[in-house]
Amino acid sequence: MAQVKYVSASRVYAKDAPPAVDTLDLDIKDGEFMVLVGPSGSGKTTALRMLAGLEPLDGGRVEIGDKDVTFVPPKDRDIAMVFQNYALYPNKTVAENMGFALKMQGVPKDERGRRVREAARLLDLDDKLLDRKPKALSGGQRQRVAMGRAIVREPKVFLMDEPLSNLDAKLRVQTRSQIAELQRRLGITTVYVTHDQVEAMTMGHRVAVLAGGHLQQCDTPRQLYDNPVNQFVAGFIGSPAMNLQKVPLADGGARLAGTVFPLPAAVRSAASRAGLSELVIGIRPEHLHLANGSGVRGGSGARGGSGARDSSGALAGEVTLVEELGADALLHVRLAGSGDLIVARTEGRRTPAPGQQVTFRVQPDDVFAFHPETGARLAG
Amino acid sequence: MTAVPIRDHEPAALRVRRMSGQVGWAVLAWVVAIAFFLPVLWMVLTAFKPESAAQTWPPKFIFSPTLAQFRLVFSGWGPYVTHSLIATTISTVLVLALGVPAAYALSVHPVPRWRDGLFFFISTKMLPIVAAIGPLYVLALHAHLLDSIWLLIILYTAMNLPLAIWLIRSFMLEVPREMLEAAELDGAGRLREMTEVILPVISPGLVSTALICVIFAWNELFLALNLTVTNAATLPMFLISSVPQEGLYLAHLSAAATVASIPVIIVGWIAQRSLVRGLSMGAIK
Repeated sequence: MAQVKYVSASRVYAKDAPPAVDTLDLDIKDGEFMVLVGPSGSGKTTALRMLAGLEPLDGGRVEIGDKDVTFVPPKDRDIAMVFQNYALYPNKTVAENMGFALKMQGVPKDERGRRVREAARLLDLDDKLLDRKPKALSGGQRQRVAMGRAIVREPKVFLMDEPLSNLDAKLRVQTRSQIAELQRRLGITTVYVTHDQVEAMTMGHRVAVLAGGHLQQCDTPRQLYDNPVNQFVAGFIGSPAMNLQKVPLADGGARLAGTVFPLPAAVRSAASRAGLSELVIGIRPEHLHLANGSGVRGGSGARGGSGARDSSGALAGEVTLVEELGADALLHVRLAGSGDLIVARTEGRRTPAPGQQVTFRVQPDDVFAFHPETGARLAG
Repeated sequence: MTAVPIRDHEPAALRVRRMSGQVGWAVLAWVVAIAFFLPVLWMVLTAFKPESAAQTWPPKFIFSPTLAQFRLVFSGWGPYVTHSLIATTISTVLVLALGVPAAYALSVHPVPRWRDGLFFFISTKMLPIVAAIGPLYVLALHAHLLDSIWLLIILYTAMNLPLAIWLIRSFMLEVPREMLEAAELDGAGRLREMTEVILPVISPGLVSTALICVIFAWNELFLALNLTVTNAATLPMFLISSVPQEGLYLAHLSAAATVASIPVIIVGWIAQRSLVRGLSMGAIK
């Protein structure tokens, strides 16, 4: 049983400064891959180090497997950590690096050797490498040795602090899937810290989004994407980021780019209940659908036969930049009327050229609305 | 197609200016080097001269060399070199044995008020040794340590310890914090952390610190001169004996000085890579 719990855990560095981690409440199930994600300074690394015991708690407690470990020294918590810079011992061979923790525990030499070789096999580390020193290895190999050092210990919890950030892009993508698969195979509870939301989304069973020391939302990747609970999560998760605009409310919807954009009834009633005259709307790039032909401002273009019954809003603008991704393309569009920039995702084959006038249609249900001050999602 | 070096495109005027700059610096460097080296060269040459030829001015560069001075030196230096060796090696070992834990307590796991401790160590170097020789003599007298090799060992240790602590501390600060945390997580206690992680990583730094301590202890004259006579007289005092009241035995002095410098030069030469690496390792901090 190795579930992990943060119960109102806090960490404050300077007396009058805001807490680095502010009363964090997080339940991680046994065998779960939990990703802590957020921008720099969000408190994710601090939270991880609190779990490791490298950082003391100023409030609350941390539990591993139902046991309060807040005051237990790191080596007695039965955890293993992979550091961002790997922290390998430069004067020891790979085998000695991986077996160091076992040596400290007094495990006999043969048993150590067996477990080291087993972990090396699991990580595709050649036997030849076992006698080399870290400086003779490539970055990817060093990263695997760092992981091997953790795996050998067969701990209750794996802690990983941005282990992929020192790898080149291609290796990162490759190793990402290897780590996820490894975790699935070993079934050990893993807490993984990253600032890269793509890593978070692809690897985690659940993802905890942190900002400014506060937990914003903890959910499955799909839920985070489809149902962000506030503006920060909506803008952080998803690449390219959701288009967010502060817009005044108008009759039946919001005023955007010179037209009145229809909003769902639930959103409108939530806004009026909160007494708002403006709000922030968010539209994901893939929900901006290119209308057939570059339309006249106003939306119901000449070819739009179904335009009459279409309840979708329409946005018109001029293409400023086209980013080719291969299968897709990203259009940077300057909206008519307001001059705001939005990003839309379209099919890669027939993209408009820069300078061209385009019109987008959006389904009202695809529009997110947020409170302009608190950022909280208005019921949709 | 191979790249064409940029110098081939350099206009002539620029090239003249650049090369004359380079030549100018080279000449200056040679002049300074020779200026520093000439006295050493003179000393080595004089070591091979008979006493009469040694006193001439301007110095003779052409003469018939003799080994007589060296024979004199080797016959006379026995006890002196033994005392120097004992005092230097034991004091250096003690400096390392005491300096490493002290530096550890001031860097990796700093004690409260570590800044005060560090400043105290350095402040001991601010006192001119001449001011302390009186009290030192009295203390040694009462402790019956005058003219004892142990007195020199104690004093050389105390003399080198502040510098050693400062240097070793800067090397320890270079050990990445994550490495120490990894060791902590792996279950290494304080002692294992030191022996398995810290010491292996800073070993070039320890070698260079030891070498610096050896050089200072080997060449130390003032304390040895004032606190020893015969039973603990060190090599620098042997050199002084070439300058008695009656006259100046320059050739003998030169031979003795040459011989006295050789061990340190050899040791420094062997370890020069470690010395440079060790000194530059701690340079930034």
